[in-house]
Amino acid sequence: MLRRHFLAIAAATMAATAALTGVAHADALADITKSGKLKVAVPQDFPPFGSVGADMTPQGYDIDMAKLIADKLGVKVELVPVTSANRIPYLQTKKVDLVISSLGKNPDREKVIDFSSAYAPFYNGVFAPGSVAIKSTADLSGKTIGVTRGAVEDLELTKVAPADATIKRYEDNNGTISAFLSGQVDAVATGNVVAAAIIAKNPPKKPEMKFLIKNSPCFVGLNKDEPALLEKLNAIIAEAKKDGSLNKISEKWLNAPLPADL
Amino acid sequence: MAYHFDFSWIPDYSGVIIKGLAITVELTIVGGLVGVTLGTFCAWARALGPNWLKPIVGAYVELIRNTPFMIQLFFIFFGLPSIGVHMNELVAANIAMVINLGAYSAEIIRAGIQATPRGQFEAGASLAMSPIQTFRHVILVPSLQRIWPALSSQVIIVMLGSAVVSQIAAEDLTFASNFIQSRTFRAFEAYFLTAVIYLALAILLRAAMRGIGTIIFPRRRRA
Repeated sequence: MLRRHFLAIAAATMAATAALTGVAHADALADITKSGKLKVAVPQDFPPFGSVGADMTPQGYDIDMAKLIADKLGVKVELVPVTSANRIPYLQTKKVDLVISSLGKNPDREKVIDFSSAYAPFYNGVFAPGSVAIKSTADLSGKTIGVTRGAVEDLELTKVAPADATIKRYEDNNGTISAFLSGQVDAVATGNVVAAAIIAKNPPKKPEMKFLIKNSPCFVGLNKDEPALLEKLNAIIAEAKKDGSLNKISEKWLNAPLPADL
Repeated sequence: MAYHFDFSWIPDYSGVIIKGLAITVELTIVGGLVGVTLGTFCAWARALGPNWLKPIVGAYVELIRNTPFMIQLFFIFFGLPSIGVHMNELVAANIAMVINLGAYSAEIIRAGIQATPRGQFEAGASLAMSPIQTFRHVILVPSLQRIWPALSSQVIIVMLGSAVVSQIAAEDLTFASNFIQSRTFRAFEAYFLTAVIYLALAILLRAAMRGIGTIIFPRRRRA
């Protein structure tokens, strides 16, 4: 009996201490300004969002975004390379202040971290040359569509495509791209990032987005209960959308203007 | 190391497997029949054909025997459309199988022809056989009999090699196993099943080649 009381009191004390220290460090924004340094988790193996350039420095959409935010905060940026598996743990253990790592939003992640407004488009859709008339899944009837086997597009399109549409499943993105460029398929279902990579090579056939399969834009991830930082981030992103600087990043890395509805 | 095999997906994917099996068998039959016919012609051309034809056939044989099958397949399927030659993946796969087996079997059959003693040609001529009759009865059939085991192995190699046609989205047996793996994530079971089917196919094909051999070579010497 006595022992149980003791445990309860100990637990309550620990909770109170945690709450107090939590309050003491609540304002991440103030900490960043004070230290003059913004630590950002960025990808290094996911072009065009983040990769290592020929001069061994990180480059990409996410890196430019990190620099833009640090600029507006008036601090220096420190890039921390992460993988998609460890990017959220890095944030939770405060090794970084922000995650800018082509991070999509989902309910599981929303339980553990907060998200800013969207800063980059990321979606899967059906792409075809301008001369091919496709507006919806029904228009795929009688057409041949290339996909990368097992990718989200494959699974989604298999569910919704009309019975007389032919889905050709290639081993990897390169197979899908080659099939599109050599005219073996009428259209491809793929991500905007892959489409951007095709356009970057300036081919005779340019893939144009016909309709959307799945939209999952990228958000900046930050720790929970940081209202000041969140507000500041959203203000920076909103301003970057308005003054065209985000559009410039999109044109540079995705070869496409920023979607108006982002 | 307790791994629990789970083959419960087989009923759902039996259609994919059967279709894949049918395509692999179709590729093997067309590749085998047309390929060996092409190979026989090329062997004749290289060993006994007119002088102008020898370098042309020689170039074809060396080109195919010294480049990877997958590159030949990609060249036909992804490369040729650039000069306006379009074909679907099944036609491309069949053509690649035929030209590949054609080149390899040409060299095997040529070896058989060149091992035929010169005197037999002359014996045929002295029996008043026409050159075509001599080639067929005196040269080709004994040659084929001599190299039949090697040729059988080559046909099996090409059948197993047909696995790469899944790279151009031809829905063969390998495509079926990759497809199942990408949907069920049961890699071990999917590839296990496919390996067993390929093994059975190879054993059946070898038996079939032996059967064909006993039909073509009625006076087959027994050791």
